[in-house]
Amino acid sequence: MSLLRVEGLHKSFGGVKAVQGVSLAVAAGELLALIGPNGAGKSTCFNMLNGQIRPDAGRVTLAGQDITGLAPRAIWRLGVGRTFQITATFASLSVLENVQMALLSHQRRLMRLWAPLSAEDPTPALALLERLGMAEQAARPCGVLAYGDLKRVELAIALANNPRLLLMDEPTAGMAPAERVALMALTARIARESGIAVLFTEHDMDVVFTHADRLLVLDRGRMLAEGSPEDVRANPAVREVYLGHEGRH
Amino acid sequence: MSVTRRAAIHAFGLAAPAIAHAQAEAIRIGEINSYTSQPAFLAPYRNAWALALDEVNAAGGIHGRRLETIFRDDAGRPEDAVRHAGELISNERVHLLAGGFLSNVGLALGDFANQNRRLFVASEPLTDALVWARGNPFTFRLRPSTYMQCAMLVEEAAKLPARRWATVAPNYEYGQSAVRWFKELLTRAVPGTSFVAEQFPALGRIDAGATVQALAGANPEAIFNVTFGADLTNFVRQGSTRGLFERRRVVSMLTGEPEYLDPLGDEAPENWIVSGYPAADINNPHHSRFRAAYTARFREAPKLGSVVAYDTVTAITTMLKAAGSTGTDAMVQTMRGLKFPTAFGENEVEFRAIDHQSTLGAYIGRTALRGNRGVMVDWRYADGRAYLPSDEVVRTLRPQG
Amino acid sequence: MTQILVQSLSGLASAASLFLVAAGLTVIFGVTRIVNFAHGSLYMLGAYIAYSLVTWLPRGHFPFWGGVLAAALAVGLIGVVVEVLVLRRIYKAPELFQLLATFGVVLVVQDVALAVWGAQDLLGPRAPGLRGAVDVMGERFPLYDLVLIAIGGAILLLLWLLFQRSRFGVLVRAATADREMLGALGVNQRRLFTGVFFLGSALAGLAGALQLPRESVNLHMDMAIISEAFVVVVVGGLGSLPGAALAALLIGQMQAFGIVLFPRITLVLVFLVMAVVLVLRPYGLMGRANAAAIVLPPEPPLRALSPKGRAVALAALLLAIALPPFLGDYALVVLSELAIAVLFAASLHFIMGPGGMASFGHAAYFGAGAYAAALLVKHFAAPMELGLLAAPFAAGLLGLVFGWFCVRLSGVYAAMLTLAFAQIAWSTAFQWVEVTGGDNGILGVWPSAWAVPKLAYAYLSLALCLGGALLLRRAIFAPLGYAMRAQRDSPLRAEAIGIDAFRVRWLAFAIAAGFAGLAGAVFAFGKGSVFPTAMAIPRSVDALLMVLLGGVQTVMGPLIGALAYTGLHEQLLRVTQFWRAALGAIIIGLVLFFPRGLAGMGPRA
Repeated sequence: MSLLRVEGLHKSFGGVKAVQGVSLAVAAGELLALIGPNGAGKSTCFNMLNGQIRPDAGRVTLAGQDITGLAPRAIWRLGVGRTFQITATFASLSVLENVQMALLSHQRRLMRLWAPLSAEDPTPALALLERLGMAEQAARPCGVLAYGDLKRVELAIALANNPRLLLMDEPTAGMAPAERVALMALTARIARESGIAVLFTEHDMDVVFTHADRLLVLDRGRMLAEGSPEDVRANPAVREVYLGHEGRH
Repeated sequence: MSVTRRAAIHAFGLAAPAIAHAQAEAIRIGEINSYTSQPAFLAPYRNAWALALDEVNAAGGIHGRRLETIFRDDAGRPEDAVRHAGELISNERVHLLAGGFLSNVGLALGDFANQNRRLFVASEPLTDALVWARGNPFTFRLRPSTYMQCAMLVEEAAKLPARRWATVAPNYEYGQSAVRWFKELLTRAVPGTSFVAEQFPALGRIDAGATVQALAGANPEAIFNVTFGADLTNFVRQGSTRGLFERRRVVSMLTGEPEYLDPLGDEAPENWIVSGYPAADINNPHHSRFRAAYTARFREAPKLGSVVAYDTVTAITTMLKAAGSTGTDAMVQTMRGLKFPTAFGENEVEFRAIDHQSTLGAYIGRTALRGNRGVMVDWRYADGRAYLPSDEVVRTLRPQG
Repeated sequence: MTQILVQSLSGLASAASLFLVAAGLTVIFGVTRIVNFAHGSLYMLGAYIAYSLVTWLPRGHFPFWGGVLAAALAVGLIGVVVEVLVLRRIYKAPELFQLLATFGVVLVVQDVALAVWGAQDLLGPRAPGLRGAVDVMGERFPLYDLVLIAIGGAILLLLWLLFQRSRFGVLVRAATADREMLGALGVNQRRLFTGVFFLGSALAGLAGALQLPRESVNLHMDMAIISEAFVVVVVGGLGSLPGAALAALLIGQMQAFGIVLFPRITLVLVFLVMAVVLVLRPYGLMGRANAAAIVLPPEPPLRALSPKGRAVALAALLLAIALPPFLGDYALVVLSELAIAVLFAASLHFIMGPGGMASFGHAAYFGAGAYAAALLVKHFAAPMELGLLAAPFAAGLLGLVFGWFCVRLSGVYAAMLTLAFAQIAWSTAFQWVEVTGGDNGILGVWPSAWAVPKLAYAYLSLALCLGGALLLRRAIFAPLGYAMRAQRDSPLRAEAIGIDAFRVRWLAFAIAAGFAGLAGAVFAFGKGSVFPTAMAIPRSVDALLMVLLGGVQTVMGPLIGALAYTGLHEQLLRVTQFWRAALGAIIIGLVLFFPRGLAGMGPRA
């Protein structure tokens, strides 16, 4: 059974039909890549799943529960972790504190005024960082980290609430090629180990074809193709519309 | 408690020189005023204060002791005034406090004086509360109050045929009280008087065009004005351009004071009934001497603030000479009922024992243009004594005694 | 009907004056993001300089209008001097820090104007040929006011043309919309900023000069105009010229008709308009979200003190505890006031630093605490202890109410909404005479017998205020404090990990309000009286100055800022008549030498 199920999403901005009738499903432990040229509607689609944009029509369900139109933080509470195209971390907090914030929020212990954060047991946060190879940098402020390291911290934050689903918007954007492969390999391993469903958008076709279990291709707001990497690669319509544009990105 | 610690400081020798020369020790007045926030009014005030002080000391001081003043600027904030008062008493060891221009500063200092059992001679603040509702045994006030000035003007207003009145006053306690008293006293004097419009522009931020238009819209027969300073200037300009004052009498608080009349220059309104101070035209010997001394030293004519400061120093000097002591109790006792001369050269002034208000008066007259500036004409001195309520009424207004 | 027409013409004339001042302010803000407190001072200088020129030149059309224009240009040059000498050096400083420098300029200009033009109000000549009035359906309307309306319209048109047609204008619009883009375009930012400052200052000068035939020139002009100018700019939308014009029209007309219906509304009308507009439209009538966002360099993390710093702080604390018995009465009073200032500044810093929300109206909560205590004493004869206990809750409650609206907004809009609410609170205290005593205040708010001695009260103040500041510090390092910084650093990430930024900010705002209220109550019993000045704009400005002077991004900042500012103020007020110029010069100097605030002068900066 699919963990995330999306049916008939529609969204227009003014007269522009950004997304028209997108449906998809992701199963636990599966990595689904959402690809398409610029303006294909990937980001809009993504933002309707994570709650930042309310769809005009369509339904999003998570493990059978309707989450259409919920606020991002409510969706997070249901077990959905996110990373952003441009990393979003708390620059003035240390790496460890960044992860601790997510943990505390998950435990609903954020509004506390008395006991200092430093008295908090760091073990769970350190364990997460360990998993992502960031434990040595736990004490550094996020504001001074290298970009690749920030991406890892984001992933650690996204994993803090034991998510069932990870939404990753361009997870490797801005990284060096070697780092990209390493990060996605790590993501894929964690997803399979913990049975997490992953939906990601990506420009780097190497990353997509290496790590995605399935692909969904969008073009001008419509679904163009869906299937295994091999099927998609062989699809003439995709070659025509999408791969022809690849050189531009 | 604070008295004991002050005694302790003396005992430990911090104030030893003062004790050693006890006979020659100067008598010190702590003077607190809004010098930086109200400079137009307080510069002539401070000038005359210095003049009076020098005259007193040149004449041998107070039984051989020099009279000194330590000035502090409260910047228009009552809380700063109170802090200065504390500093003047504990650090500068002043014997009494004086000053205050803004009513709330005066009230804060009065309350401080009461709490700390010190004499406070309030010179300028106009609020009735200072000697009535919130009066206290240690506070005395020199200048004729809002009530008194209203009563003086009502006397003239009642003679006018006008029955439909409009009022304009700055939106704070002084403006509100003035309007309240004026309405109450005039309605009592002339039954059938009606008030058809009230305007309360924010102090210093009058929207003069709209205010004038709103008053004109109500078509009153006469107008009672309480605005002053910059608000008055803007009001007069818009009012005369728009013809608000034509065929209408205006009765106006304080407008005859040089502080407010002089800046208007040749645009000073004519034929307004005002309270004020016709400095150039009061030619009794006492005032002429004061005016000559002031003009010789500061190269300008005295303003009302100058008289207030001069009279405050005169009152304090007279009191100190009579009290023969700088103990607060002795000074307060002497202040009650103290009689002293005013620079106006008019009737002797008295600090009334019943409410600590002085009987200093004001000049009431009409405005006119002489050359290119406004003056008061047909003026008379209104002795404050005649414009205070009866003793029974005062006792209800000042229940605390 | 005629009345309505003439009244709306009067409203138009005020709108024209307001627009001229606001236009310069909004252009300067749009491009440089500087909250220019000195704009009112430039307006005042315009009026004074025009007065000098016009009275010195012979009478006539040409000398009058020439004098007005020359005054505008002169003020434009003064603006350039301020920009080049002071502001240019601190563009990179944290948000709002430049406000400190412009406030220093305000203080200096006040004393300079007093020294040059004297204390008395000056009445300039009327415009030649425009002294009279025109007949509008039987009512007289001043000719000059008609000309003013025309000038306002003409300036709007000229500015619009300048911004649409010239390269300078294109750059100004680009910078207003997106400052990052400007760097990308390879524009000489320095020249652009200086040019914008010249234009904005000259407009302020022109606005002041044009008041010459209407109003007297006086030393209060700067303060009288600045808050209204800010209101117009914010209501219109920061950086939006058409917005400023629309807002000026709205406020001019509201003023003209408001006073006919509710004569006593004059005190608070503009702030009521602003509050309503901002609640309905969080970016003003024509503003855009990105114009308010201020891109900041990453903040350094907040760290507890180093062992050395801890030792210094502990020593200072011990000194504060050990010293009082050896102090005189007055020194004890000053000590109490320093303690109050520290708590007041710390409470503002709590929302400004970790919370990332500036407040221009923090005095509302200080005053709320002071009034809560004083009203309990006055109307219920409550003892001091009860007043001190109740004050933080009363102020906190007010913080909950006002905060609910304010924390939804961001940047300068949020700060201006706090100002609007503070002014509404202030005017309530000012006008509700039966309860609050109006501007005559509440007297007799003295401490209980045991706390009357100055020594006892100094210890009480120290205990409550330093205790309060320590509690706030504790909260900063507790999860809530981290959540505040989290939502400040990245609203996107905060939302994505389930942090409800609104609730965090709201709670923080109420806590800050509560502690400001405690400071206010200690202040009330220390002074023995409470006046509306306790919640007036200058007190809010004091808090802002203390926090900025100390440095927003350090926990010790507000403490050091409060001590420095209050100490300086107290000393200067006593020793020199020109304390404003001295204080202003010192502030400007500190800003130039410590652009991260006094607490940031350590090795980290």
